[in-house]
Amino acid sequence: MMEKIRAQEVYGIINKHNKSKEQILSILLEIQEASGRNYVPEECAQIVAQELGLSLSKVYDVLTFYAMFSLKPRGKYILEICKSAPCHVNGSKNVRDMFEKELGISIGETTEDNMFTLQYSSCFGACDIAPAVKIGGKVYGNLNEQKVKEIVDLYRKEGQ
Amino acid sequence: MAKTVKLLSENFGKIRPDSLEDYLNAGGFEALKKAFTMKPLDIIEEVKKSKLMGRGGAGYPTGSKWEQLYRIEKFPKYIVCNADEGEPGTFKDKLILNYDPMKLIEGMIIAGYVFNSNHGYIYIRGEYPDSQNIMQTAADVLEKTGYLGENILGSDFSFHLHVRTGAGAYVCGENSTLLNSLEGKAGRPRKKPPHLAEVGLFELPTLVNNVESLANIPYIVLNGGDKYASFGTEASGGTKLVCLSGNVVNRGVYEVRFGTTLREIIYELGGGVPNGRKLKLVQIGGSSGPCFDETLLDTPLCYDATWKNGITVGSGALLVVDDSNCVVDFVKCITEFFVHESCGKCTLCREGNKQLLKIINKFTEGTASEKDFDAIRRISDAMTNGAFCGLGETASRALTTCLEYFKDEFEEHINGKCRAGVCSFEKGGE
Repeated sequence: MMEKIRAQEVYGIINKHNKSKEQILSILLEIQEASGRNYVPEECAQIVAQELGLSLSKVYDVLTFYAMFSLKPRGKYILEICKSAPCHVNGSKNVRDMFEKELGISIGETTEDNMFTLQYSSCFGACDIAPAVKIGGKVYGNLNEQKVKEIVDLYRKEGQ
Repeated sequence: MAKTVKLLSENFGKIRPDSLEDYLNAGGFEALKKAFTMKPLDIIEEVKKSKLMGRGGAGYPTGSKWEQLYRIEKFPKYIVCNADEGEPGTFKDKLILNYDPMKLIEGMIIAGYVFNSNHGYIYIRGEYPDSQNIMQTAADVLEKTGYLGENILGSDFSFHLHVRTGAGAYVCGENSTLLNSLEGKAGRPRKKPPHLAEVGLFELPTLVNNVESLANIPYIVLNGGDKYASFGTEASGGTKLVCLSGNVVNRGVYEVRFGTTLREIIYELGGGVPNGRKLKLVQIGGSSGPCFDETLLDTPLCYDATWKNGITVGSGALLVVDDSNCVVDFVKCITEFFVHESCGKCTLCREGNKQLLKIINKFTEGTASEKDFDAIRRISDAMTNGAFCGLGETASRALTTCLEYFKDEFEEHINGKCRAGVCSFEKGGE
């Protein structure tokens, strides 16, 4: 089911990238962002396949290969906790526990109000402020209980 | 006292990344103007003299790579900048992209001129959306002002820059995989040979260089290869951006001369290990890099000196791990990373990493035995020798090198003891 994204918007994104096969990553990432629920609905994947002249399986080859894509609806905000070694030795496990407690969900889950999805990420280059979390394009580091609370509060307010 | 240098990082924080005026005032595009008066082969000669080694991790001499591509008489050729920077603990290319994007573009235009290539691609990982925007803005500014596009600076040379995104796949940092991803495919590596210089992007001759390698080109062209080389050692020319992370006081990126010792970097620039803890291990070059203990800290950062000691410069990442960490838990974290990032194309990497993780879990759960050391050796040997690409070849390096230096700690785990108190021994042990 299409949540917020309209077919027209999908065609717009594809045309902006000149229906270029080589730009499929940009196209799918933009569709995902426009979906409002951080995923690529099947109807959109079908439009992409048709417009780029690719088989649907090729589109899914890409969608299922890259970690940034989701086939299932996720929260409005994706909280990505880095679990690579530099964050690990700076206590990323504790950060995961703090977010789980604050949001009342486990890693990999989405809050009931569909506001937040909590998931792991590979290193996103914030090692100088580890342990770190990435939300959309924003990165927050040197996390502790207080900061985790503040971040969740901030996005809760913004998402209302 | 170890000192940082400002050769590549000179403009960081001093100029606005989207301001051509700032970049010109800082001496920007003087190298390009000079390059246009030089013969391509003379530029390659300077790059060779500079002893610039590929800064992405492999350390292949950039000048040789350029010479090989130059000798291939097939056109068009493509210039590709690898800005995938996915190696955990590496965050130096991000600084170049964010703080001095025009220098990187200048390096790419010069490469384009050398190979008579009219198209450059910069592949920036999906995790760096800000960097993508900054690069695109810089490219737009330069396109409008005649530094990119048709007839650059009134010459008959044209160069178009395309900023492209990844979507979260560590393996795309491998050059052939990156090209597949740039073509809009899933990120699986290609068989080599043929080398990318012959059959690269869209099956045409292609140069793939790391961000830091290309960003050094303007300095080399402007000041000469010898001058650049003089900042480093006999074998390793110039400077290196090193990334300090982990349990160290001053985490961050430092530009140092080759020849600076690891101890100087960690203790003098990094301020050592915080909270009165002791340094346990260092991993160099990211998660695919080797681990070692304090006995190798006096190794100078330099390609030949590190190789002599069985380690590597790699991407320039230095991850410091203190004694509150368990070495088995640490390699578990690394191996989980590779299980997740293996592309699945070849069996040795896809299954090998999974099996290694199973065995490591036996150590943390308290069910491992002496026999498991043999299994680790067999699996990692097979992966190192037979995996399809660099990912599988190096995925077990942290584990095998930790076994070299910290086997006693693994043995303690067989007996249900974790000296750091990290492992839970849920299924056995004490």
